[in-house]
Amino acid sequence: MKRIYAFEDKCLGCGLCEVYCRTAHSKSKDIIKAHKEENIVSGISIEEIMSPKSAFYFALQCRHCKDPKCVKACISGAMYKDENDIVRNNKDKCVACLSCVLVCPFGAIKKNTDGKAVSKCDLCVEVGSPVCVENCPNEAIKLLDEDSEILK
Amino acid sequence: MLNMVPSAFKIIRDENKCIQCKVCVKQCANLVHYYDEEKDIVRADDTKCVCCHRCVVLCPTKALTIINYPLDYRQNANWTKNYMDDIYRQAQSGGVLLASMGNPKPFPVYWDKMLLNASQVTNPSIDPLREPMETKVLIGRKPEKLEYDKKGKLATKMPPQVELKIPIMFSAMSYGSISRNAHESLARAAEELGICYNTGEGGLNKDFYKYGKNTIVQVASGRFGVYKDYLNAGAAVEIKIGQGAKPGIGGHLPGEKVDEDVSGTRMIPLGSDAISPAPHHDIYSIEDLRQLIFSLKEATAYKKPIFVKIAAVHNSAAIASGIARAGADAIVIDGFRGGTGAAPARIRDNVGIPIELALASIDQRLREEGIRNEVSLIAAGSIRNSADVIKAVALGADAVYIASAALIAMGCHMCHSCSVGKCNWGIATQVPELVRRLNPDIMYKRLVNLVSAWNHEIQEILGGMGINAIDSLRGNKLMLRGIDLNEKELEVLGIKHAGE
Repeated sequence: MKRIYAFEDKCLGCGLCEVYCRTAHSKSKDIIKAHKEENIVSGISIEEIMSPKSAFYFALQCRHCKDPKCVKACISGAMYKDENDIVRNNKDKCVACLSCVLVCPFGAIKKNTDGKAVSKCDLCVEVGSPVCVENCPNEAIKLLDEDSEILK
Repeated sequence: MLNMVPSAFKIIRDENKCIQCKVCVKQCANLVHYYDEEKDIVRADDTKCVCCHRCVVLCPTKALTIINYPLDYRQNANWTKNYMDDIYRQAQSGGVLLASMGNPKPFPVYWDKMLLNASQVTNPSIDPLREPMETKVLIGRKPEKLEYDKKGKLATKMPPQVELKIPIMFSAMSYGSISRNAHESLARAAEELGICYNTGEGGLNKDFYKYGKNTIVQVASGRFGVYKDYLNAGAAVEIKIGQGAKPGIGGHLPGEKVDEDVSGTRMIPLGSDAISPAPHHDIYSIEDLRQLIFSLKEATAYKKPIFVKIAAVHNSAAIASGIARAGADAIVIDGFRGGTGAAPARIRDNVGIPIELALASIDQRLREEGIRNEVSLIAAGSIRNSADVIKAVALGADAVYIASAALIAMGCHMCHSCSVGKCNWGIATQVPELVRRLNPDIMYKRLVNLVSAWNHEIQEILGGMGINAIDSLRGNKLMLRGIDLNEKELEVLGIKHAGE
């Protein structure tokens, strides 16, 4: 399946991926309303790596594991793997027990600000293609097949 | 000491649009934007802004505007704001004022005072989309005549030439003054376009030797990174005598920019200042120049053309004649509007002459002396678009060099702060976090797009003139007419006035 891969040698750490992720997952789909009126947690986050010479950044989001621990740990059946192998969270079923947050080995699941559910990357299935990838100014995140040449 | 220099720019943030995403905070290397956690707003310190537009371009809601700081001094046509601010700066620092990029003063731009011809009725124009249109040029010394053997094969031994698919090259910008990623973008673009880029005086990193046939290696007064392999790595060798932005002045790359990679490439100690002397210490005459030209020809087995680059100054025509006679294969003339990573501001703004006048007078002089075929002429110093290229060729250039235009294609917003080393666009910097902002995979494509677009336009303009090869336009001053120029200017340019 296609996953989002981050390239730390290209990442600016600007955080535009987070901005567009929040907008795409808002009700209004309007960048200003999404940020000023809705309280959305981004499914992607910029992580900083301190190295002796310079700081590196990369964008972290759900790896859509083959054998997802979050799905196993979910007590309400909200977390599931869909027919395209994308790990998704049904917010209507989610009880925010945060078991998934605890077991995710990547720290890619976050509690919503209202505390009623969790947010994670769904590869923008409802939008079409991942908005973070489309809007990255430096092509530091890419949607690639596992066996893509770039990853070798 | 009290800082009397007022802010140059004012940042206006539309609070209705700002979503506190802090992209501007994370992107400004000058630390202009900052987040006020207590008030949950992003604020700005105008005094540090250099107007590079990084924040403006990246702001996802387009909430930012930057304007000139609206602070007026009492009106005075003589003591203008620029001159007063410079005095405040020097009274505070006691130092030479540094500036970057090209001369910004409102001197006449002769490109904009020349108009092009087109065919009407009596000679047909050509449609480049349907008919062949040649923009290939060969740079190098041309023999006086060609001789053929009985079978019709060329018997004349051709001097070494550099073939360019488009008469445009990327001019000298050293690795050190610009970043590795910027260098890589230029090299890859030159390779794809079938043209050349120039190493500048900073030597050539081993990783870039593979672009050799699209590389011109430079030998300047500092002789950084010059050795046999370097000289033989490129398609041609360029001796840099002068630079349009700072004629008569050497260079100084501050030690902070000399990291491990730059120091290895330049063959100088880590963190040491790289100082290029004003003159070449072994060149004090045309005869000395001839010695260096032939030393380099020996070192490259007479297989590479040798270029000599000079700044456009008062006696350029006579100097060019000397350079041609000294054995150079091409002369590069860099006009006073050419860019630089750093130059003393007074020199950048007041020394040298416009490239248009220098180019026309050099071409004329070489023709009069019957030696125009012995050298190719390359014009540099603020070629801004395809029409400038066409006009340069019509004034006598074989090809042009572009650098500022190439940097602008890669994101440069002409903030004139290269010398500070904190280029927010990842161009004129060696700070790893900033260099990473320039992705060569994206930027080389933008350079290819730019030059390809210019080439399309060049072909359209040539077609309109009824010319099907750029070679037929060279020195064809009848294709130019002056507008708003006095008789002396027309005489130097060698063109007629519009309507004549």
